[in-house]
This record gives sequence, C-alpha cells and structure tokens, in this order.
Amino acid sequence: MKSDVVTNILMVGVGGQGTLLASEILSEVLMQAGYDVKKAEVHGMAQRGGSVVSHVRFGKKVFSSIIPEGEADVLFGFELLETYRYLSLVKPEGTVVVNNLRIAPPSVALGQRTYPAEIADKLQGHVKNVQLVEGQQLAEEAGNPRTVNTVLLGALSNALEPTQEQWVAAIKNLVPERFLEVNLKAFELGRTIHT
Amino acid sequence: MQKTILSGNEAIARAAFEAGVQVASAYPGTPSTEILENITQYQRIDASWSPNEKVALEVGIGACFGGARALVTMKHVGVNVAADPLFTLAYTGVRGGLVLVVADDPEMHSSQNEQDSRNYAKFAKVPMFEPADSQEALDFTRLAFDVSEQFDAPVLLRSTTRISHSKSVVTLGTPVAELAETSLKRDPGKFVMLPGNARIRHPLIEQRLEEMAEWACDQPFNRIEEGEGEIGIITAGVAYQYTREVFPDAPILKLGLVHPLPKRLIREFAARFKTIYVIEELDPFIEEQVKAMGIPVIGKEKVPICGELTPWRLRKAFDLNPLELAEIDEPLPPRPPNMCPGCPHRGVFHGLNRLKAFVTGDIGCYTLGFMPPLSAMDSCICMGASIGNATGLAKVLKAEEQQKVVAVIGDSTFLHTGVNGLMDMVYADSTATVIILDNSTTGMTGRQDNPASGYALSGQKTYQVDLEALCRSLGVKHVHTVDPYLLDETRNLIREEMARPEVSVIITRRPCVLIKHDVLEKRPPLCVDADKCTACKACLKLGCPAIEWSPGEGESKGFAKVDRLLCMGCSVCMQTCKFGAFGVCDEK
Ligand SMILES: Cc1ncc(C[n+]2csc(CCOP(=O)(O)OP(=O)(O)O)c2C)c(N)n1
Ligand code: SF4
Repeated sequence: MKSDVVTNILMVGVGGQGTLLASEILSEVLMQAGYDVKKAEVHGMAQRGGSVVSHVRFGKKVFSSIIPEGEADVLFGFELLETYRYLSLVKPEGTVVVNNLRIAPPSVALGQRTYPAEIADKLQGHVKNVQLVEGQQLAEEAGNPRTVNTVLLGALSNALEPTQEQWVAAIKNLVPERFLEVNLKAFELGRTIHT
Repeated sequence: MQKTILSGNEAIARAAFEAGVQVASAYPGTPSTEILENITQYQRIDASWSPNEKVALEVGIGACFGGARALVTMKHVGVNVAADPLFTLAYTGVRGGLVLVVADDPEMHSSQNEQDSRNYAKFAKVPMFEPADSQEALDFTRLAFDVSEQFDAPVLLRSTTRISHSKSVVTLGTPVAELAETSLKRDPGKFVMLPGNARIRHPLIEQRLEEMAEWACDQPFNRIEEGEGEIGIITAGVAYQYTREVFPDAPILKLGLVHPLPKRLIREFAARFKTIYVIEELDPFIEEQVKAMGIPVIGKEKVPICGELTPWRLRKAFDLNPLELAEIDEPLPPRPPNMCPGCPHRGVFHGLNRLKAFVTGDIGCYTLGFMPPLSAMDSCICMGASIGNATGLAKVLKAEEQQKVVAVIGDSTFLHTGVNGLMDMVYADSTATVIILDNSTTGMTGRQDNPASGYALSGQKTYQVDLEALCRSLGVKHVHTVDPYLLDETRNLIREEMARPEVSVIITRRPCVLIKHDVLEKRPPLCVDADKCTACKACLKLGCPAIEWSPGEGESKGFAKVDRLLCMGCSVCMQTCKFGAFGVCDEK
C-alpha cells in the first residue's frame, strides 16, 4: 500500500455545508492509518456562503499541501456548481462523487444569471467516473439535513483503506457530542453507497 | 513521542506551550487568528486579545522586560500597525524571549494587500524564521525563543496562509518544566531608548546581524539537500514544498532562517552549480540579496511575483510540460461570500444605498456591503481608515455633497484604530456622520471578543466599553443608538443625521447571528405567500442568501421564496414588502 504514489482528494462545497469538518475527519483517519497526510484550506472570507475548498493529500511522503491542477484523483463535491467549478483540478481518469444538490449563488438567486444546466452530464464529458449521490435524502433519513457531509464521507470511505472502526473513532473524536449519534447514522447510510 | 496532525497555527500554539511562554497577546487577523484561540487550552499561558496589534506587541514587550517569554501574533498588515514598537524593540533587545508571529496572505484569500513581511525583518534588523510545514512551525517557534534570548533580539516567525491553515503530521516535543523567574529589573541603558542610549545600541544591532549570519551557516535549519543535475535551487518556507514537488531530484539549499541570510553557506552552495534558481513566494527577497553578493541567479524573471505559488504555477513558470487541463466552456456564476442570513449589517446598507450616501468603508463583515445588490461602499483602505477618510473628504466638498459622506465602522475596528479618527473628526469640526456597526463581536475573523463585547479571550466576563459614553467623551454631541432590524427607523435616523452639519454617531446595535455567547433570541423562519407576491423584487435588494427568486412560467411573473433552513427570522425582508407577502411559516 505505501508506495511512493500520493493520492489527492479535493473536497468542495458551499460555506456552511460542513466541507471543512469532512476533510478534517478524512485526514485524521488517514493519519491513524499510517499515511503521511497534508490538508490545505482557506478560512475567513470563504465561510460566509462562499465557495469552500479543502485539499487532502496522502501517501508515504507528501510535499505540497495543495493539489496540483489536473492531479486530483477524487473530486468530492457537496454541491453541483462548485464541483463543476473545480473540474480543472481532477484527472481525466479520476473520479467525481457529487451530491445532487443545487444551491443558488447570489446572482442566480436574484434572477440575473442562470444556474448551469446538466452539470452531471458535463462532468461526465471530462472525467471517467462520475457518480451522482442523493446525499440530501440520506441526511434527512439520518435525522438531520446538515449531516450530508458525513453521508458523503460514508460513501467515500468504501473506496479507502481505513477500517470502519478507524472511521468511527475519528468521527467520535471530531464531531461534537450532541450531534454524534445522528452523524454516525449518516455515516452508516453513506456506506451503503458504493463509489 | 506522540504523533498528531496539526495546522501550522495549532503547532505554533503548542510550541509556545512547550517553550514555556507565559504571556501571549494578539489582535485577530486571518490567517493568524487560531494561534491564540488554540493557546487558551494551555493553562499556564496568560493569553488575551488586545484592541490592536500595536498594543498586543507592547503587552508582549512588557512581559518580556519582566523576564517572561512572550508570544505576539498578527496578520501581515498588523505589523504595519505594530511597526513603531517593533523597530525600537530591535534596539532594546529582550529580557525573556519574544517571538512575533506574522502570517502573510499571498493570493489575498482574506486580505486587502499582499505585502511580504520578510521585508520587515530586514527593515527592522531582526531575525526571521520561516517554516515549511507544521513540524517546522513547531520546531522553529520553539527554537526562536532560544535564539531570541541567545542573541538578545526579538525574533520574527513568518507564516503564510498555506502554513497556518494547512495540516500535517507533527511529533510533539516535551514542554519545559519550569517557567522563567520574573521580577522587576532596571536596565536603563538597554530599556530606555533615548537618543544617547539608542546611539550606543545601534552598532550592537548591526554586529548582532553579522554574527547571526555567520552562525546560521552551520545550523541544521539551513540545510543542503543533495541531488542531481547542474541547477541548484535556493528556497524557503512553503515554496520549498512546491519546489520539491516540481523538481524532485534537484539539489536544494533550504533556508529556515530567511533573515539574516547565511552568506558563506550560500556562496559555497552556489559555487557548485552552473545555474542557481531562487524560488520564493511574493517579493524577490532572497534573490536581491544573493544578487547583491555578486551571484547571478534566476528568480522573478520566471517565478511570478504576484499571488501565491502553487506546484502548477511553478511548473508553468519553468515550462515543465504542465498537463492539459479540462476547460469549462461557459462562464460560471461566481459564488462570492455574502453576509449571513439575519446579519444585523444588512438593513443598514440597504438604507445607505437608498439614501445614496457616499460611504467611506472599513474592514469587517460589513465590507460585504460593497457587493451588489447592497452596493453601498465607496472606499476601503485599512482598519480604522473610514473615519479619517470621511473627515478629509468632507473638508474638500461643497455643503450639499458634504452631507452625503458617511463613515461605517465595526465595533472591533472602531476600538482598533477608529477612536483616534473620531477624536480628530470632532477636533476638525467636521460635518460627517459615523455609523458604528456594533454586533458585539469581531465577526469577520471568526467572532472573537473585544473590549466592547464584555468578554475576554478566556470566555470570562470583563468590563464592557460603553461606546456611547466613549463617543460623547470625545466631544460628539449627537450619539444615537438604533436596532438595525428596524429598517425604517434606521434609515430615517441616518437621513436626519446626514443632514445635520455637525459630527454625529449612530450606533446600530444587534448581535451577530453567529455570536458565540448565548444572547440570541430564537425567531421563527418566514415564508412568502406566492399569491400576495407581486414580483416587484423589492426584497431581493437585500441580497439575503435565504431569499431566492422563483422565475415564473406562462402567466406567472414569478415570486420570491424563503429557504426555511437558512432563514433566521430577522424579518427585515418583511419590512421591504409593501404587499404583506411575508409571514411566519406555518408549523408544518
Ligand atoms: C491591521 C489589521 N488587523 C487585522 C485585520 C483583520 N480583520 C479584518 S476585519 C477585522 C475585524 C472586524 O470586526 P468588526 O469591526 O467588529 O466588524 P464585523 O466583522 O464584526 O462586522 C479584522 C480583525 C486587518 N484587516 N487589518
Ligand atoms: S458573521 Fe455575523 S457579522 Fe458576519 S456576516 Fe455573519 S451575521 Fe454578519
């Protein structure tokens, strides 16, 4: 497993969707599994409903914390437009896992611009594996629409090495007590999605 | 030793604990803010927010003169504010170690300029370390305290957004068991910088730099990584990581101390290669000094001077076959940051827009009042500038234009550097109007307390500055307070005060909806009755993220829709609707 290859996961979403918490859990799990891990993100302006990006890189030895353009193995999107926006970072033979959700940016909400149509199809035109996930629905099923980040992590976890126990431990470590149960449930529901 | 994954900021906080720091002071600023927030977990450190960076550094200096180790943190532009004490501290030197962490923001992810703080090290004649990951952030911060005491100098540690906000694996060290003895110690020749004393200190400062430059040639933080080929690369900080990514086998001189430069080491390294590259983010700081040593290097002629470096940009700079990237062939609607739903600032800017005020702005969440559709900010320079700008502007305008000038400033920004501006506005007998947007917190940087919020960094209650009394004491005769959720009342008050040919201050008071203290009243979300909505779009002029336009089909002209999950129930939108289309949602 611990070859020289570095794996790159880019997580994108809209401020408030829990993108940063998801990448936090992911990097904790990967460290526990024995990888060198780096994670980069920008706080500040990004939080107020703006676009949020988090880079996670892992392998035997990682240098840059940001993923070079065109080298992301997985583009993991919490919202359609934001996923589309970062398309140039993902490898043509990579994977896109995207939550089937549209959040209107201000110009669209004001009726001045239109939200790009058929994003999933457009993604498919550039990247080999594109998977559309009904994260919102599963999060509601788990009992809280805000757990969509954990649902998606569950889906991602199927494709990665760490064990179920390691994931659960990391979630317990990082999710506040009062949201823990619903997040664990969301994670389980996410694991039923196979990426 | 325990391994963990830490951000650069968390690592610096940990290092302060390990190094036996006793006092930590700061003013928040992205990307430096989390250092102090993380330090609060270490009981033995007295950590506090200061009203601005100058005060933060002065507090640190006081602690260090008492014999304690002190950490002071700020963002890059904060050093502009703290520069005055810094430059003379370079002369006095320290008693306990003093480390000033400055976090730069290449690419301006959350800043108004892209200044390169390394220039301050040279300008102020003080040493500067620059870590390349979280492990080095920890190791160098700890080391910086020893170096500070060894060379009797304040030490700068430069971080950048990609160091402060990137996480990487760190092995923790063992904290020192004993803290330094503190006491009063008089040493006027060293601590009292009058001309006579300063003239004696200055040559010592020059000598100190020369000694350090020689010493640094043999220290492990400046290291040569052997490699292949005829090109040798000199780099430092996060640029080292990108260099390694792009030139995996190249010989590298990686600098940990970026000021003063280890000249002998650089000469020895450069002599071994046909070509030398200097790869650094922002200014040609190392490049110019190496060139001044008579060594030809390739640097900014290839590596961009603006914006942050990335492995991709570096590859492009050296024409190293960058990959073909997928291109999106349609313009995408941008997603800029926006004020939160229920933000108390929104209604104020809605009013300023309607009153066609000329708004001298300032820095905080309210700067987002610049964005359409609020579009009510006409200048923004630096923290505190709004008030002085308004005074100056009003001086040169005719009476009817003078009335249009309104300065807006947040509570934290007002206490940072706005108070002097207001004092001057009264002193200058100005006609301008000032609005203090008091949301009881320092919102933009993640909601830190400040002297007007009534809480300390520790969470403890403390004295709360009375803003009204403060303004009156500066000589402002007309001080009014209003709830910005009351749209008409707020706008009418602004209109009246704008017309008044004297200084007046309006304090709009309402807590930030994300405030950390439990002071918010819960308000039920609103809904739009689509049948009552006449599609006038008046509510859309608020730019609230919770209101979305539903375009009509066929006969329908469309209608506004509220996202109940986002709505905070502030009901400002309700007050913009002349047709009573907004109401509290039915409990369904
Ligand atoms: C000299 C300087 N220090 C720090 C910052 C970072 N900063 C930007 S806005 C802000 C505070 C804003 O707080 P406040 O004035 O209360 O407005 P709010 O964001 O709460 O609306 C800070 C600390 C800066 N831009 N410049
Ligand atoms: S964080 Fe507070 S002050 Fe800033 S936009 Fe949100 S509600 Fe407004």
